Amino acid sequence: MSSQLTQIAPLSQPVELGVDPATFSAEVETEIDTHLSKYPVARSAILPLMFIVQRERGYLDPPGVLYLANRLKVRVTDIWEVATFYSMIHTEPIGKYHIQVCRTLSCKIRGAGQVTEHCSKKLGIKVGETTADGRFTLSEVECLGSCGTAPMLQVNFDYHENLTPEKIDQVLNALP
Amino acid sequence: MRIEAIGCEPLQLRRVHLENSRGLDVYRRNGGYEAIKKVLDGMSPDDVINEVKKSALRGRGGAGFPTGMKWSFVPKDSPKPKYVVCNADESEPGTFKDRYLMERDPHMLIEGMLIAAYALNAKTNYIYTRGEYKYLIDIMDVALEEARAAGLLGSNILGTNFSCDIHTHSGAGAYICGEETALLSSLEGLRGHPRMKPPFPAVSGLYACPTVVNNVETLTAVPDIIKMGGEAYQKLGTEKSGGTKLWSVSGHVNLPGVYELPMGYDDMEKFIFEDCGGMLDGKNLKAVIPGGSSVYIMRADQIAGKDVRMDYEGLVAAGSSVGSGGFIVMDETVDVFESTKNLTEFYKHESCGWCTPCREGTDWLVKVFKRIDSGAGRPEDAQLMLDLCDNIEGKSFCPLGDAAAWPIQSAIKRFPEDFARRLTRNGDGIS
Repeated sequence: MSSQLTQIAPLSQPVELGVDPATFSAEVETEIDTHLSKYPVARSAILPLMFIVQRERGYLDPPGVLYLANRLKVRVTDIWEVATFYSMIHTEPIGKYHIQVCRTLSCKIRGAGQVTEHCSKKLGIKVGETTADGRFTLSEVECLGSCGTAPMLQVNFDYHENLTPEKIDQVLNALP
Repeated sequence: MRIEAIGCEPLQLRRVHLENSRGLDVYRRNGGYEAIKKVLDGMSPDDVINEVKKSALRGRGGAGFPTGMKWSFVPKDSPKPKYVVCNADESEPGTFKDRYLMERDPHMLIEGMLIAAYALNAKTNYIYTRGEYKYLIDIMDVALEEARAAGLLGSNILGTNFSCDIHTHSGAGAYICGEETALLSSLEGLRGHPRMKPPFPAVSGLYACPTVVNNVETLTAVPDIIKMGGEAYQKLGTEKSGGTKLWSVSGHVNLPGVYELPMGYDDMEKFIFEDCGGMLDGKNLKAVIPGGSSVYIMRADQIAGKDVRMDYEGLVAAGSSVGSGGFIVMDETVDVFESTKNLTEFYKHESCGWCTPCREGTDWLVKVFKRIDSGAGRPEDAQLMLDLCDNIEGKSFCPLGDAAAWPIQSAIKRFPEDFARRLTRNGDGIS
């Protein structure tokens, strides 16, 4: 498979997404350059760059995809095929705060179900939904490596562990 | 959460409780970067590999492959660049030891990687960390910068002609990327699909170059092996399982946490009922999954009074395996049908879709679990699930398929009562 890396050539006909590629500030461009400098093959930076696009644009939208294709000199479909494989890459809009409740065994037997239920009730949405104001998306996710401090949830990248209903309220109420 | 060594001097956990344990100063004041100095002061790459071989260190990610042997597979005469890749994708349910090693002692990982890079003549090296552990990537970046500024990373390390660099890399939420060839696909910017072996990564890995992929806990064991010598390290454990091992303990115990035990620790019952503070709320022990979700589940009566030795051979003899050391303790309130359903849903979600037995098999298994759960379980369903497992085990492209089959096979065999009471319908009125 690795030999394909060098064989991928840009399509002669550009894929029409009907949008212009995203643009970023000089500061973000520098950050992107730093990531690219780590690898002998630009495409290796695809996931780190996707996280940057998501941070800057809320999700990996079509202009973001087109930007990455141009920047990494790969096809738009190469970007899509990677984007759709990884659960942390969002190709649809997502809430400002992504509430991710771990559902896997160690958390499950220490009360993950009640955590999900509590969040669902408090936010007024079901798992997989986003609040009307776009602030919260509620998800159940697989093991986040927090089994000794179960039950837990992650808000975007932040871990919140040893949860109780009171602690969940504190965490959610404290979000700006 | 408790982080403690039991039955041995703390080795990997030596510094975790020190103030500012992640700082370079603290690391150096407590024995840090002495091993790489010793290596650069007069050990050849072969000397290093031999010490690691003598240590009987086995890969701590789950497969338990002898580390020194893995390193010796890298062809020395290859003109291609070589790579050391640290597998910090820690995603096996029940496993969280690497997280605390990186959080509390990042320089130990850097030093371990430096020694590996020296032994394998690797100039560029990566730490592939699961995307959810972003805060650990930030910690590692700070530590790498500190090391670079102190001349411990980059060109002419410690004034010698040894040069090498280490970079962090982020995954993005895919369990399969903990499988070493899938990890390499992901690191090349592709979907995280596993690759055919052979060729093994040691021959053709990252960018088709010789590559060694080692778990965090494996690499962090290396500095101590160099300092004390491979033989002394091996003697901390048993003949075939050298050194110490970290166990991530979760579930129904009073003191969950990360425990460092000598390999061969005797015994598992004492570990649960004394070291881990005993069962939560004084309930009875029902089951233990000792090595991460993929290993065989054990009944309480396979543990109580059985002097189960906690090392590779001991756990196999007791009917399970060390795996990643993700030690999940379950009390009498747990229904093993439910717990197995939960794990099967995990494997279905994480199957990468590359090969048919795993992609379809895990999906069908979840469907059967759900049907049984809805009240429509039939007497023949246990056999149906075992047949499905048989069509996955050994027939999938990578070990994820086996990992999905083993929990079910062992659960049906060892906890038949939790399945049997649901498998009562005789075909009429099945929804």
